[in-house]
Amino acid sequence: MMSITGIFSKNNEAVQEKVHEPKPYSNPYLVGIGLGLVLLASFVIMGRGLGASGAFSSIVATGVYQLAPDHTVSNPYFQEYVGDGSINPLKDWLVFEVLGVFVGGLISGLIAHRVKKTVEKGDRISVRNRLIFAFIGGGLMGFGAKLARGCTSGQALTGGALLNLGSWAFMMMVFAGAYAMAYFMRRQWT
Amino acid sequence: MNAPFFKFDMFSFDISLVVAFIIGIGFGFALERGGFGSARILASQFYFTDMRVLKVMFSAIVTAMLGVFFFVAFGWLDLSLVYYTDTNMIPQVVGGLILGVGFVVGGYCPGTSCVAAVTGRIDGALYLIGVMAGIFIFGELFPLIENFYSSTDMGRVFLPDYLGMSYGMVVLLVVLMAVGAFAAAEWGERKMAAKKSGVVK
Repeated sequence: MMSITGIFSKNNEAVQEKVHEPKPYSNPYLVGIGLGLVLLASFVIMGRGLGASGAFSSIVATGVYQLAPDHTVSNPYFQEYVGDGSINPLKDWLVFEVLGVFVGGLISGLIAHRVKKTVEKGDRISVRNRLIFAFIGGGLMGFGAKLARGCTSGQALTGGALLNLGSWAFMMMVFAGAYAMAYFMRRQWT
Repeated sequence: MNAPFFKFDMFSFDISLVVAFIIGIGFGFALERGGFGSARILASQFYFTDMRVLKVMFSAIVTAMLGVFFFVAFGWLDLSLVYYTDTNMIPQVVGGLILGVGFVVGGYCPGTSCVAAVTGRIDGALYLIGVMAGIFIFGELFPLIENFYSSTDMGRVFLPDYLGMSYGMVVLLVVLMAVGAFAAAEWGERKMAAKKSGVVK
């Protein structure tokens, strides 16, 4: 069993890789059924689905509020997340759910020996450019998710399973946007 | 059974945060199991070489959709108490397109980038910082785009009502569509693998 502190150490990594090859990923259909049951549990227990981008909105709004409280209160969008200040905006369902996502991802990665300090990219792009694209892509995603009132989890998964019209329209557009852009991004991935 | 439990006041807000954390663990665990901590695997969906994104997403949607459908049919779950967002058609279509472009440029979506970052992917961590930058820019621009953001407001739209079909019929159509998509994905993967290994069929 590898120690949590040892994962990122280079010396350890070479040894670990010989002993523990990363395990192959699970069957996608079984993973999907498992994910669907988590989503169903959320509907039954909480009356709401999963999310991700909303948690980061709370974090951003909190950060802006710390730096410029007056500015935050005058902005209707941030204001909605910060509220009247009576409760901490980070004491929020999605913030706690996303904390769980970090923990769950780490547990699964550790069990399968897939925790590794690396940059995910194809062979035809430099690390620096890949990181720039990661940042830009994240920015587009953050902006788009706010406009669409949710991301892949809050709209596509949650709204998809609940047969929400807007979520299905959104989901089709995500695939359309990604496939339309894929050709121009091929050097990054293939 | 009276569900959703939280809406029937079966536990407090503070307990709901514990529930959130546990459900999040399940969510993150499943995403990592599926290979979604790796941008290369996520992106290969858009080059037809590995269709895991489609397979995981649609089997999850179908599983949860069938569960909700039967729980409602048995009278266990009150669907009117399950929250989903209103439909604002044009902003959601535009938002979806931007998000799709961001997906193939950045390699993740917000949830998967959390799993990527925590399993050591530096690009995943940078992506997350980008997400927060994008949200910040959206918030700052909000007064300018507020009208567009609130446009084409259709309220809460349940797909069966919109299509004028029964709930069961739409569920059946989604299941059939998913099975068709799975078959096409398996076929496409085999085709791409054959092309890559130089065997032309």
